[in-house]
Amino acid sequence: MTARLPSWSSSGLPRILLLLPLLFAAVLLSALPVRAAALDGAIAKFAADSFSDTEAGIAAVATSGVPNAADILEALGAGNLEISADGKTIVYKDKSGRLIDAATAAPIAAPPAGTRTVRVNNRLRRAIEAALGTLTLLAPDPARRMQAAEAIFKSKDAASLPALETAIAAEKDARIKRAFQEARAAVLVMKADTPASERAAALLLLRDRGDQDAIAALRQAMPQLSPDLKSVASDAITAIEDRLALLAQVQNVWYGFSLGSVLLLAAIGLAITFGVMGVINMAHGEMVMLGAYTTFVVQEIIRTSAPHLFDWSLPIAIPLAFLVTALVGIAIERGIIRFLYGRPLETLLATWGVSLILQQAVRTAFGPTNREVGAPSYMSGAFEVFGLSITFGRLWIVVFTLVVFFTLLAVLRYTPLGLQMRAVTQNRRMASAMGIRTPWIDAMTFALGSGVAGIAGVALSQIDNVSPNLGQTYIIDSFMVVVFGGVGSLWGTLVSAFALGVANKFLEPLAGAVLAKIFILVLLILFIQKRPRGLFALKGRAIET
Amino acid sequence: MKLNLGNVKAATAAFGLAASVAWSGVANAQDTIKVGVLHSLSGTMAISETTLKDVMLMLVEEQNKKGGLLGKKLEAVVVDPASNWPLFAEKARELITQHKVAAVFGCWTSVSRKSVLPVFKELNNILFYPVQYEGEESERNVFYTGAAPNQQAIPAVDYLMSKDGGEVKRWVLAGTDYVYPRTTNKILEAYLKSKGVAAEDIMINYTPFGHSDWQTIVADIKKFGSAGKKTAVVSTINGDANVPFYKELANAGIKATDIPVVAFSVGEEELAGLDTTNLVGHLAAWNYFMSVKNPANEEFIKKWQAFTKNPKRVTNDPMEAHVIGFNMWVKAVEKVGSTDPDKVIAALPGTEAPNLTGGMSKMLPNHHITKPVLIGEIRKDGQFDVVWQTKDLVPGDAWTDFLEGSKDLEADWVGKKCGNFNTKTGKCG
Repeated sequence: MTARLPSWSSSGLPRILLLLPLLFAAVLLSALPVRAAALDGAIAKFAADSFSDTEAGIAAVATSGVPNAADILEALGAGNLEISADGKTIVYKDKSGRLIDAATAAPIAAPPAGTRTVRVNNRLRRAIEAALGTLTLLAPDPARRMQAAEAIFKSKDAASLPALETAIAAEKDARIKRAFQEARAAVLVMKADTPASERAAALLLLRDRGDQDAIAALRQAMPQLSPDLKSVASDAITAIEDRLALLAQVQNVWYGFSLGSVLLLAAIGLAITFGVMGVINMAHGEMVMLGAYTTFVVQEIIRTSAPHLFDWSLPIAIPLAFLVTALVGIAIERGIIRFLYGRPLETLLATWGVSLILQQAVRTAFGPTNREVGAPSYMSGAFEVFGLSITFGRLWIVVFTLVVFFTLLAVLRYTPLGLQMRAVTQNRRMASAMGIRTPWIDAMTFALGSGVAGIAGVALSQIDNVSPNLGQTYIIDSFMVVVFGGVGSLWGTLVSAFALGVANKFLEPLAGAVLAKIFILVLLILFIQKRPRGLFALKGRAIET
Repeated sequence: MKLNLGNVKAATAAFGLAASVAWSGVANAQDTIKVGVLHSLSGTMAISETTLKDVMLMLVEEQNKKGGLLGKKLEAVVVDPASNWPLFAEKARELITQHKVAAVFGCWTSVSRKSVLPVFKELNNILFYPVQYEGEESERNVFYTGAAPNQQAIPAVDYLMSKDGGEVKRWVLAGTDYVYPRTTNKILEAYLKSKGVAAEDIMINYTPFGHSDWQTIVADIKKFGSAGKKTAVVSTINGDANVPFYKELANAGIKATDIPVVAFSVGEEELAGLDTTNLVGHLAAWNYFMSVKNPANEEFIKKWQAFTKNPKRVTNDPMEAHVIGFNMWVKAVEKVGSTDPDKVIAALPGTEAPNLTGGMSKMLPNHHITKPVLIGEIRKDGQFDVVWQTKDLVPGDAWTDFLEGSKDLEADWVGKKCGNFNTKTGKCG
């Protein structure tokens, strides 16, 4: 190959030959991972193993400009950043699990000798969140950009303003753009040299955001505002607080509903057995407990043999819990209660004894300490609607309660068994004279009531501790609901459960959890004086005797 | 008396009962020294107390391997007061009068301790109480190996007020409704006010044992924390109510970097039953953590996991308190050569025993011990990262300096032979 000699060369080919090795070396060197010298200072700080030095290291990483700064800081915050014994290398695992050398951002095969985790505490985690906010403003993932906006809103770091401006200009998603603008507003109200007009506009933007964080930001900025801006800010705070107060009341109603749904689930089985048979079943709480333990057993089996089915553990546990507790209910009815027909005191004592036996049996089989029942993915987390925060777990429980209620209503209304149960409730002797086998109905009623209590246990295992004493916490409440609502009436139980739940939740902020319960009981006692039969008493000549 | 079946049955039953009581009396005369273990093995406190019964069994077994005590074997007598406070007093009486124990290691909640105090005073026996408590007490028959408020609550608040703790300005004091949280919160409120915290920056809240519906309270905490000042929760919630409390915190999205929760009754054992991924960064204040790196601690953990045949079993602060208390009791008994309660009570103050964090704990004349204070942050794996600790051991102060009625009081069972000596009036009581 004949090379075209550059015009400036006098000796021609030999000089090119001199350059070639240099070119070759340059190509080789560029293929090697480039070590970011900017990180050396940060690494030295991490090696010092003190929280203040690590904080300085975080700031150094954030300002170093290396492309993987965000990854390094995320690993540090999650407790996954390791430093070698000689204090020269830091490594972390990336999303695919490969070990990455932070300085070169390249994977390495084996970790360096003697690594220890770089420790962080809450203060450092806040610094990391703030730094990550600025670094991930332009991340490709919209969820990360939203997180970055929230992080800057909280940290109000003036140094992130230039990055924020760039991000606002580049952002296409309206929701995220608004979050960026609110973050910029939060920074501007705190910054000392913001012009007054911009500050006023920022205050109004915060007011429009209208949530707790906005109030916090406005309050934090108050000391450094001029008097006329102070009045703008306090008007904004009042406006948000009024709106939030209204929302808080609605939120309270929601909490009351979810508490009421729990009470309803626990009490509805009792309403049926108490209504049809007049039996005070003190072992009802233990049926709930058995349902919760059934859920635990189902989850244990799934955990060990089919972990991918975990999300199905609750739907599987429901019919099983129904079966188990219905069978136990039939055993109790046939074995004990049948012989005590017409003797309410002895029934009460006998069922109390059964409840103690069941508690001790479970304690012996499973141990006295609580067992962990996990929440499937659809039961955790929360979502916002119109400013209300609703947790998925509670939402599903309310839906489930209503489904169970209406199914029971349908069973009572439209099935032959339900017809016979209603007949026995209204007038036992007449029903018997009509050819209905009342002992069989008794057994089936008890089975149904206990089975529903078992299903309630499945739901309750998600929000309460699963221990042998689970039943004790719900037996008193169940009786309260049934007595208030009217014995034997399903609609009465529904209304009374929700009423008691909402009343409890409205009294709780005023009087505290303990006194609220006491007030409810006192009100109930007074109500029973006036209407001993409850809210929706069943009418009929036989019943009233 | 007519000899019919009913009478024969009744007579046999009565005879059998009498024989079994007499037999148990005979059995008691065997040559062992009995140690009573009075911890709830069922009920709401079982989550915390069951492991203390197990550590006592291990300590008794270890001591027997070393040759027992005064030439006799030790025997642990375990009873279950079932988280039922009056039952604690009954069971304590049963341990002392029926089983004739030389000392009792037990109780957790302050209400259980208050229930058994009259029994120990009347029957003159010794109780080793291993749990952090509210102070305001120093009894002749009780030795407090758990932390007094100045060894846990006050340093925790100091840490939160410091730069590392977040410079907290607003406080939520949340507790279970009984004497320990009520008294501790009184002390903390007085302390905070003495440090210049305004009354409207303090929110106090009580819930019953086993409370499971935390929605409203957690929402209130979130609201209280949005006033623009850094807020923290100081939690004296006891027992399994902690489980739904932390679950609700996670559901409400309250992270430790926003509103940190420092708990005084949550340790490795309580965390073992929780999903801790959302709790990372929340704090606890104790005098011992399982994660402390120390040869004595590592050996203890190895022995414990071998004893319980469970390589995942955790250790916690009240267990360490029992270790220290048991070793001090053994030393005192060996010193006086007898298990007579009066002699042992007189010999205990001044006794030293090593703790598991590398120091030497000493029994003080006020029947409290010296302990280091450690603040730990919850890790993903349910262990604690120690983020702060005192350089030296802090002596336990029975009567807090921050409440009017108690700052003049001093407990001294060696010199003044009085648990509540008033230094102003110079009189006992």
